[in-house]
Amino acid sequence: MHDPPTPACPIDIGPTDTVQLAHGEGGRLMRQLIEHRIAPLLSLDRNGLQLDAAVLGRLDGETVVTTDSFVVSPLFFPGGDIGSLAVHGTINDLAMSGATPKHLTLALILEEGFSLQTLDRILNSIAAAANHCGVSVIAGDTKVVPRGAADRIFINTTGIGVLQGEPQMRPDRIEPGDQIIVTGPIGKHGLAVLSARENFEFEPAPESDSAPLHQPAQDLRNQLGMDLHAMRDATRGGIAAVLHEWAEASGQTMWIDAAKIPVAANTRAIAELLGIDPLFVANEGTFLVAVHPDRRETALNCLRSHAVSAQCCDIGHVQPRDVSAVLIRRGIGVDQPLDEPSGAMLPRIC
Amino acid sequence: MKYLDEYRDAVLANDLIKQICAMTTQRWVLMDVCGGQTHNLVRSGIETALQDALEIIHGPGCPVCVTPSQVIDFAITLSQRPNTILASFGDMLRVPGSHESMLTARSAGGDIRAVYSPIDALKLAIENPSKEIVFLAVGFETTAPATALALLQAEREGIQNFSIIPAHVRVQPAMEAIVQSTDNRVQAFLAAGHVCTITGYQSLESFSQTSRTPIVVTGFEPIDLLDGILHSVRLLEANEVRVVNRYARNVQRDGNVSALQTVESVYEVGDRSWRGFGNIPSGALVLREDWKHYDASEKFAAYIPAQIPDDQRCRAADVMAGRIKPMECAAFGRDCTPESPLGAPMVSSEGACAAYARFQTTLITPLDRPE
Repeated sequence: MHDPPTPACPIDIGPTDTVQLAHGEGGRLMRQLIEHRIAPLLSLDRNGLQLDAAVLGRLDGETVVTTDSFVVSPLFFPGGDIGSLAVHGTINDLAMSGATPKHLTLALILEEGFSLQTLDRILNSIAAAANHCGVSVIAGDTKVVPRGAADRIFINTTGIGVLQGEPQMRPDRIEPGDQIIVTGPIGKHGLAVLSARENFEFEPAPESDSAPLHQPAQDLRNQLGMDLHAMRDATRGGIAAVLHEWAEASGQTMWIDAAKIPVAANTRAIAELLGIDPLFVANEGTFLVAVHPDRRETALNCLRSHAVSAQCCDIGHVQPRDVSAVLIRRGIGVDQPLDEPSGAMLPRIC
Repeated sequence: MKYLDEYRDAVLANDLIKQICAMTTQRWVLMDVCGGQTHNLVRSGIETALQDALEIIHGPGCPVCVTPSQVIDFAITLSQRPNTILASFGDMLRVPGSHESMLTARSAGGDIRAVYSPIDALKLAIENPSKEIVFLAVGFETTAPATALALLQAEREGIQNFSIIPAHVRVQPAMEAIVQSTDNRVQAFLAAGHVCTITGYQSLESFSQTSRTPIVVTGFEPIDLLDGILHSVRLLEANEVRVVNRYARNVQRDGNVSALQTVESVYEVGDRSWRGFGNIPSGALVLREDWKHYDASEKFAAYIPAQIPDDQRCRAADVMAGRIKPMECAAFGRDCTPESPLGAPMVSSEGACAAYARFQTTLITPLDRPE
């Protein structure tokens, strides 16, 4: 079967400062976009671009793969942007499985009319984040959709990592007595994005915690071995979602003490103002750890040695399954069930 | 954080709980009027801690819950009109109308926006001069001043493409209806601190006397709530009927005079049906005659849908009048959950059913458990 002939464009489009449909149609503009903008920024091998697939060398260990799509709005927010987020999010998914991140693929879906200058900013941010994490971008794809068919830019990244030894962290290994540790103040990412989107103009503006977590994660795994039972980055749904997942997978009850959970002063102020519980707010650089109780101090010391997890705290423990999956001790000392996140964050009205 | 931490102090809270328990000679029935109080009482565990000493029932103070489904249906119908943007508070969007919620209507193509203030809705009108912007104005006396300000600004700037669906309601007439009902069990009220910040409590004084019901103006943090309960019990035990203001850091007897004047310039007291209650005399704020051109139900009268009765399985009316607790409703947690609600109180962040579904413990932990 043959493709119908494409009529040649009678007018030379020439240099443009916005994304055109032609940028995604396989012709000269697309080649220019990839060769002159995307490839140099991401240090892609020009020879690699001749092929539609990248050939990876042999990886030293089990191969781990994850994929994630990023549609955040606004594209830029205090503490990050859609580019760095697309790198950190995928690296963190690899890191939580215990793998060392090695490579990323990058797929861009661009809306017609999107500013090329903004695209450059995002690509620069992707490149900086990938360099910082020591991963290389090995393959990519670019599509352009008509105006209105997407919101400016969507990004998909697939991460490839290697795992030394057997996978050992699994939430079903969580058992009564395990200590639950959070690696830093919670709720920062969700409130930073929400505040930026709604132009709340808080002073100081809340900043996202977006950051790669592979270094503390690997360090923990090396130091604790089989005593590290589970790790999970607390993204959408916040730490409440992770605790419910763990309770479900392990069949135990997660007990946490509200007074011990670190929340930055401005996060707390904004959350109080909007009627949002930080336990349910997304993080992008914070994870929960379940460890054997004898190794709690080792885990905390290990986490404290990394800037990204220096403010870690133990916030609770695992106990035999009770009626409630997750219990939280609030201010006056009564244990209450913590509900599972449901739906969008909506502020109260009075 | 100042003004929060001191009102959440665990030692003080437990001391207040002990004082309340020591003071009660019978199991008094108190009603917290505001949904924000309901949520904090259940969430903080105060209700559990006091359950042997007294009974706390939850009142009608959830503006989203008492907004009739016909009003939601009307808003949805307008959102489907070409070149129309429907704006409301986020909480309102998930409340079921007679067929669907505004959130479902939005996913089906209606232009529905969540705003944080009526002024933001007015901004939409200024930014979109070719579209009609309709603001679904729900709330008690607390949110009415902001809606009035938006209307005053619209009038001043000659903005024509803005209107509101007026659904503001007044708290005190609902409290009156509850004590006048034959099956009333309320012996004292914790009055809603934020409503009183606007209205003051002068009018509560005569109501308290005529109904022989003590009223304590109460805040929202755990210590505020325990302090309000303590003073209610003190009045009941001493057989004293009066209004006590225990939210003095916000509430003055005359209220916020400037806010009240703003409201009065646009609104007058009128009647409107409350979801679950039916008509409550003087229970609503309606637009004054010379402000009716901002009333969407006049401007778009042709779009007002027929009234459809609410789901009979939902006992929201009994819950909001304090006749039953949420879990006494047969649908609670079975046919009706926060994900799939039959009635508004299961949805709203101020709804009593949602408070129980989210926070009510099935495990009672003794307070003096050694650490």
